[in-house]
Amino acid sequence: MSMNNQGRPTHSVASGGESIVTYTGHRALVQEEGLIFDRGRSGKWGVDLPAPRGGADRLGGLARAGEIGLPDLSEPETVRHFVRLSQKNYSIDTGLFPLGSCTMKHNPRLNEKVARFPGFGDIHPLQPQETVQGAFALIDRLMHWLTTLTGMPAVAMSPKAGAHGELCGLMAIKAAIEARGETRTRILVPESAHGTNPATAALIGYAVDTVPATDRGRVDLAALKAKLGPDVAAVMVTNPNTCGLFEDEVREIAEAIHGVGGFFYCDGANYNAIVGRVRPGDLGVDAMHINLHKTFSTPHGGGGPGAGPVVFSAALAPFVPLPFVVADGAGLRMVEHAGEAAGATPFGRMTAFHGQMGMFTRAMAYMMSHGADGLRQVAEDAVLNANYLLAGLKDLMSAPFGDTGPCMHEALFDDEFLKGTGVTTLDFAKALIDEGYHPMTVYFPLVVHGAMLIEPTETESKETLDRFIYAMRCLVLEAKAGNKEGRTDRFAGAPYLSPRSRLDETAAARKPVLKWTPPAPAEAAEQTPRPFLPRRQAGEGDREAVEGASGRCERYGRIPANS
Amino acid sequence: MRYLPLTPDERRQMLAAIGARSIDDLFVDVPEAARLAGPVDLPRFMGEMEVDRDLAKLAALNVPAASVPFFVGAGAYKHHVPASVDHIIQRSEFLTSYTPYQPEIAQGTLQYLFEFQTQVAAILGMEVANASMYDGSTGAGEAVLMAHRITKRAKAVVSGRLHPHYAEVIETVCGPAGAGMRIERAPVHPTAAEDLAARIDADTACVVVQNPDVFGNLVDLKPIAEAAHARGALLIAVVTEAVSLGLVTPPGHMGADIVVAEGQSIGVGLQFGGPYVGLFATREKYMRQMPGRLCGQTVDGQGRRGYVLTLSTREQHIRREKATSNICTNSGLMSLAFTIHMTLLGEHGFQRLARLNHEAACDLADLLAAVPGVEVLTKSYFNEFTLRLPKPTAGVVSALAAKGVLGGVPAARLYPGADVENLLIVAATEVNTDACRAAFAAALSEVLA
Repeated sequence: MSMNNQGRPTHSVASGGESIVTYTGHRALVQEEGLIFDRGRSGKWGVDLPAPRGGADRLGGLARAGEIGLPDLSEPETVRHFVRLSQKNYSIDTGLFPLGSCTMKHNPRLNEKVARFPGFGDIHPLQPQETVQGAFALIDRLMHWLTTLTGMPAVAMSPKAGAHGELCGLMAIKAAIEARGETRTRILVPESAHGTNPATAALIGYAVDTVPATDRGRVDLAALKAKLGPDVAAVMVTNPNTCGLFEDEVREIAEAIHGVGGFFYCDGANYNAIVGRVRPGDLGVDAMHINLHKTFSTPHGGGGPGAGPVVFSAALAPFVPLPFVVADGAGLRMVEHAGEAAGATPFGRMTAFHGQMGMFTRAMAYMMSHGADGLRQVAEDAVLNANYLLAGLKDLMSAPFGDTGPCMHEALFDDEFLKGTGVTTLDFAKALIDEGYHPMTVYFPLVVHGAMLIEPTETESKETLDRFIYAMRCLVLEAKAGNKEGRTDRFAGAPYLSPRSRLDETAAARKPVLKWTPPAPAEAAEQTPRPFLPRRQAGEGDREAVEGASGRCERYGRIPANS
Repeated sequence: MRYLPLTPDERRQMLAAIGARSIDDLFVDVPEAARLAGPVDLPRFMGEMEVDRDLAKLAALNVPAASVPFFVGAGAYKHHVPASVDHIIQRSEFLTSYTPYQPEIAQGTLQYLFEFQTQVAAILGMEVANASMYDGSTGAGEAVLMAHRITKRAKAVVSGRLHPHYAEVIETVCGPAGAGMRIERAPVHPTAAEDLAARIDADTACVVVQNPDVFGNLVDLKPIAEAAHARGALLIAVVTEAVSLGLVTPPGHMGADIVVAEGQSIGVGLQFGGPYVGLFATREKYMRQMPGRLCGQTVDGQGRRGYVLTLSTREQHIRREKATSNICTNSGLMSLAFTIHMTLLGEHGFQRLARLNHEAACDLADLLAAVPGVEVLTKSYFNEFTLRLPKPTAGVVSALAAKGVLGGVPAARLYPGADVENLLIVAATEVNTDACRAAFAAALSEVLA
């Protein structure tokens, strides 16, 4: 033990520290932060703007009446507010984020830099085409990389995310079928598919027919063939699939659907596992969306934006939606209307303007950084990392397909190993939060019970994986031992160490509160400031002490009323 | 390769731990004929400096908005974005996090989504808003599908002055090739009153109008809202310039049932068309028919206020083919940019920004109206209006660009084949100085002379 010159111990107190009740509600680096709306109107602002001259009114009698209801904050208050919020988020830059099927890889900051070059970030989608030739050149180059990597002849660039790409792909398929004078009504979707697949098919009027999985975790080819007929428009297969397995009969699936005149849509969410090593065009795929925010590292941004370009086979290429870049005699141009490009019969338009340029620049920087050789290494390391995790965990956890061969970029476990422990998949995931990790994807795919789907990605080091395996093994052993010793609290009440403990989602859905509303005046007057209480409830004595103290100090400011 | 942490030695150790002889052993499930022997025919890896230089060259071929007098709008607007917005959205914890599926370690994202939803509902004058759509145009398509679900009717009446890209998205996604509705687009006329009410019949789910419309006209939506409601249809209002809401009566105060807006003007920037952020709001009674994610308030195990994604039984990951929409990823980080910028503005700043935009447009309209041969067609407007020129505008805009002025969007670029060759849609914002406006008027005089 070291001592400072006041003779106080400088080592940490062995226990009890976590139950200290703070007067402020803050807990060291974790700052309690109310809503901006709690602050109300104060007449200040965070943007200096010149004073309007006044007088101009050509609003035709439509001037807005009354207050809008926005709170007033200065710049430092605003910055601090959002920085405090940021500190309540887990992120890839914080640590391993092994969400299966989400491909949470490192997001290079070079990508952010190039997207902000004024020549990319500060150009308007409708300014004259001769003033944005560099933007067209970037899109054209990205199209070349995507088609070369996938072995597909065409690509639709405008879809804004994966599900939007699925819609684009299915609409091209629908258009191609109608162009040959047919109507087809059914789409086959394996039961392991992402929810977006059936939702997209249903959105444009297709009946969704579910294909079961085999006990090897693949599409049941025989069952799929049995469902085929002249009314089947397409089959939507995720490959590698959501069990983390390569569909080894993929070419047979392609042959079968082509045999009845249907199309093969591939959900490319898991393309990271095969980029640079396998070209979907060689597997018989007709359309596949590519999540630039997964495989090509554009940031997920807490839920978007994404980008979902769709590569097409020759059969679907003419139907690429508007707008698209073409290279012809006059250099590059953006075709914005039907009839402006020979041979093209676009099925329509997916979005205003040209798609997610900000994601194109980021993805391009990422792809150029890796090159053809580096992208191949991406797939190899992603698959290697996932198999290393599988190998390090499958003796203690239950991997339903762990013995049938290698996995691809993600490792799937079910909750068989938790049987009899009283611990659920959700509890287990929440306990992982206390260990400093973002949980894996849970309860998906639906083909196994209590699924845990772990995708480490290629940007994790061996050391990180080793530590994660250690944490996982400790938790598994404790879950298994705990039931005997009555020690399952770690799981049932988890997480304990996060800014909030387990949140009541049932209450949120029962009586939804989707926005802040001003408290009624009487209510506001009654609302007395209450101290923030720690995770482990303080004793009544503590509560009185804090409330007494806060009562004496109240005139200096309200303590956040978060309880 | 700088982004790949595994060393060759570690790869060997890991393969050994797995029990594989080589990496190829892990790809055995790939059909042999589809295994590539080596890298595809694309360039090899590049260092950061080389990529930076190369892409900077491409960027330099473009003319950025801030570098010239700039008056291009028609659904995307050049506004000043405070420096702190771009700084905060690049914080790792926001930039590199995922959809907040684990709310205990995503309260940062969830709380700003709750604030975003509150701001959006307030500016649109609506009761509830969702956590964003991809952009305004895709939001418009979703709104029409939502009206279809609510009314069980199959026709949508679309204003001829709805931004044509938006109308085309609705036609594509909701029309015969998509969800199978009938989409009736009124013919385009830049200024004359539209008789949309006459198009509403017993099978009409909704009427879709834009305010200010694509030509800049401000329209009182109350009459069309009443007409729609009288026949059991919903009014969907589209706003492509969110700044207008600081000064103009919001659609929610004029009877709209669903409001869709493009939030690009607040915090997002031009970005050549995306990513943008779709604002989507409705009446509380329609809440459960909304597409997309919703953030709701709740409490944690200790009774503390917290936030979660809620009503997810509407969504594709739970409901699959019965979901209200297929949307999954939305525009999270752009909604953060919007929320930060709107927080900085506050009540005072948002209203002032809108006022400055309106004044800029009034000033510009007066200057351009004085140019010989130019007629300002739009009478009531916010920050955008339409000019009639004595000759086709496509050539005029190119000639202006050659003089270093980006002077608006030719209506014919949006409405090919319509009788609008001589119309130019011009936007003015707070970024335009007196000198910019004067330069535009001077250049236009020269081009038309």
